[in-house]
Amino acid sequence: MQTRLNLDPALVREARELAAKAGQPIVEMAKTHTTVSVERAVLRLAGLQGADADGMPWVNRLVDAVRESAGLEHGVALPAWDALRSGGYPDLVTLAEAAALGRVSFRIPAGDDARAARAAADAALAVGFGRIDANRADRQRMIDQTSEPRKPWIYLIVATGDIYEDIPQAQAAAREGADVIAVIRSTGQSLLDYVPEGATREGFAGTYATQENFRLMRAALDETSRELGRYVRLTNYASGLCMPEIASLAGLQRLDMMLNDCMYGIIFRDINPRRTFIDQRFSRQIHARAGIIINTGEDNYLTTADAVDAAHTVVVSQLMNEFFGKEAGLADSQLGLGHAFEINPAVPDSFLLELAHAQLVRELFPDAPLKYMPPTKHMTGNVFAGYLLDAFFNLCGVMTDQSILLIGMMTEGIHTPFLSDRDLALENVRYVRDAAGRLGDSFVPAPGGFIEQRAKHVLNESIGLLHRINDEGLLNAIAEGTFGITRRPADGGRGLDGVIKRADGYFNPASEILERPERAGPGDSGSIAASEVGAAKIGASR
Amino acid sequence: MSGNIVRPYGDTTGDGRIQVSFTLPVPFGTPTEKARAEGAAMQLATKMGLDPAMVVHAKGMGPDYTFFIVYGRVSHLVDLSEVEVTEREFPLLSSAEVNLRIRSNLGRKLVVVGACIGTDAHTVGIDAILNVKGHSGEKGLEYYREIRVVNLGSQVAVPDLVARADEEGADAVLVSQVVTQRDAHITNAREMSAAFDAAASEPEGSARPLLVVGGPRFDPSMAADLGVDKIFGKGTTPGEVASYLAAVLAPGRDPLDEVAPGDEAAA
Repeated sequence: MQTRLNLDPALVREARELAAKAGQPIVEMAKTHTTVSVERAVLRLAGLQGADADGMPWVNRLVDAVRESAGLEHGVALPAWDALRSGGYPDLVTLAEAAALGRVSFRIPAGDDARAARAAADAALAVGFGRIDANRADRQRMIDQTSEPRKPWIYLIVATGDIYEDIPQAQAAAREGADVIAVIRSTGQSLLDYVPEGATREGFAGTYATQENFRLMRAALDETSRELGRYVRLTNYASGLCMPEIASLAGLQRLDMMLNDCMYGIIFRDINPRRTFIDQRFSRQIHARAGIIINTGEDNYLTTADAVDAAHTVVVSQLMNEFFGKEAGLADSQLGLGHAFEINPAVPDSFLLELAHAQLVRELFPDAPLKYMPPTKHMTGNVFAGYLLDAFFNLCGVMTDQSILLIGMMTEGIHTPFLSDRDLALENVRYVRDAAGRLGDSFVPAPGGFIEQRAKHVLNESIGLLHRINDEGLLNAIAEGTFGITRRPADGGRGLDGVIKRADGYFNPASEILERPERAGPGDSGSIAASEVGAAKIGASR
Repeated sequence: MSGNIVRPYGDTTGDGRIQVSFTLPVPFGTPTEKARAEGAAMQLATKMGLDPAMVVHAKGMGPDYTFFIVYGRVSHLVDLSEVEVTEREFPLLSSAEVNLRIRSNLGRKLVVVGACIGTDAHTVGIDAILNVKGHSGEKGLEYYREIRVVNLGSQVAVPDLVARADEEGADAVLVSQVVTQRDAHITNAREMSAAFDAAASEPEGSARPLLVVGGPRFDPSMAADLGVDKIFGKGTTPGEVASYLAAVLAPGRDPLDEVAPGDEAAA
């Protein structure tokens, strides 16, 4: 893509290097620790499903029991598969049931016992990864059989709380033009330290993310994709205390995109920073393997901070998300970095400022499927003015070649959208896309003009902030409210008690597969991710 | 027509013209279906009191629904003398005036503990009031020198809120609730006020802090019903909240007011 802002490549390089430097200590921390949710994800990938009579998943029961008697410093796999072998349990569920009743005493095996436990765990995990790899190939097959929608993909949210209501709404939205369906989670879920089980019909302002709900919705959208001859993607949220488990379930049920930010949980959900960074690394490794596009949450900063003053915090966070994402194995084509159209419309030249910010992000991350979020903060209840603002958002999105447009609702902040609100919103974006979809070709800001100057200013501010973060350390910067203004100390927030330092000899069969230099698996290669999104780019190329 | 009686204004005084839009679960495919759908919209408009009504736009949404925009004339009269308005019962002050009032009348920093309670994770409202950044051009309460803000963030359990408020010596507790599914905001607010009442009635209990709730879907007249002292609705600015807190918690002579010494009624 040609540059329109004449950014200095040396400055862009400097920004990336600073982000890497700031992120490296966090990666080291993540590599030397594990969490209860990472360990539960291992068991989920080995196929352990279901819950006890109280609805507490067996993965929680088993991990808790192992933690109590043998500790988790060596990971759950060694003691669990050792007990499975030596106790003669037919499967993990039976072991978990016995463990929950306190009938299993776990130990850290050594020598041949350890080797046998490892081999058994590896074999069990190979099944789960086989399924994730097969799902990835299936996605490509579905795209080949239907078609890849042109960019920008139209992203719509459903959130009834009842999966059986969500399904027809999602199918209707797809028929009306949605390319990506996001099922918003029940608002309490991010702070649950377990993943609920089964199909659910009760949720608050959203529907619980469960393996069964994932399966039901993906199956329904496959049906609709075939009907429409266009692959409709499914999105959910790998965030909160169970991020690694949700990521694993997404891979197992062929979800296509997942919200997965490196700092969102810390800032907006008050989840402990260490817990979040450890969990996000593992979850991103899973997403990388599964060919899932992550969506990051920078748009959220602008809902609490001012979109002009804090524009550079968005860029800094995107650079951090890019660094952490790539370190975890994600390709550029899987980095759905987020940003938003949230400048106060009363600010003079607000649209020019939005164009500058959106174009800057486009040029900093030319190969990333950027996710652009509509106005929310300045949607006042004047639905007519809001509809106009949404049209300008859509226009900015097509002019600056954004990849995924979340569709703005004129009734934002009033109620969950009416059927008609959604229909009008789609009419809005269809009009803008049809009328001005190729305007980007001719959009070249005047060299040295307002837009170019503004973009360069934001880049310079980003570099300044990255220097400061490097001086203070990222955890301290977060503690001081650098992102989204909220202050979050490194030892505060929820979930710190679920963080465990790894011992020598820590064993995680999933990480071993994920971190193996060349990936095994039929039909799997690093190029699939590139071709998946690459095909869309070519399809939409001008 | 008396000055107290008005009608909607389209483009001429008294023409009574209004616009509404709605969706009916009727198909809009075949010519017969279209005629039936428009007739259905007319029927609803007429029953709503629009006479004459005109369906200016009808559009099928999927196979089963139709969206309508209708203009029409209503014959209803609005009697302004019957409109009830809750006037603001406290004066709106600048941040400097709020600081001065607290300093002069309270003699120490005013402590505010804020949170989103229950399962509500939407901190946008409480942050807009508390964060320095504020909103609508007004800085949040953290900006006020004489106010100490403890923002507990989202999804705070009520017992934790009560304990923390006690620990911090809170003069006021601010709770914001955005999620309203199944009236969660009402239930949560009642649960909170009951918990603070219970804590205050214990032998060792400290006085109940001023309880303030806010959120876009609260009815500001329901304070007594919810057991709280004040409800702020949609569009509340940090300045309004700060002015209210100063009026109630730092009552007394307005330090800027040279007149009427001893008159504390205004607070």
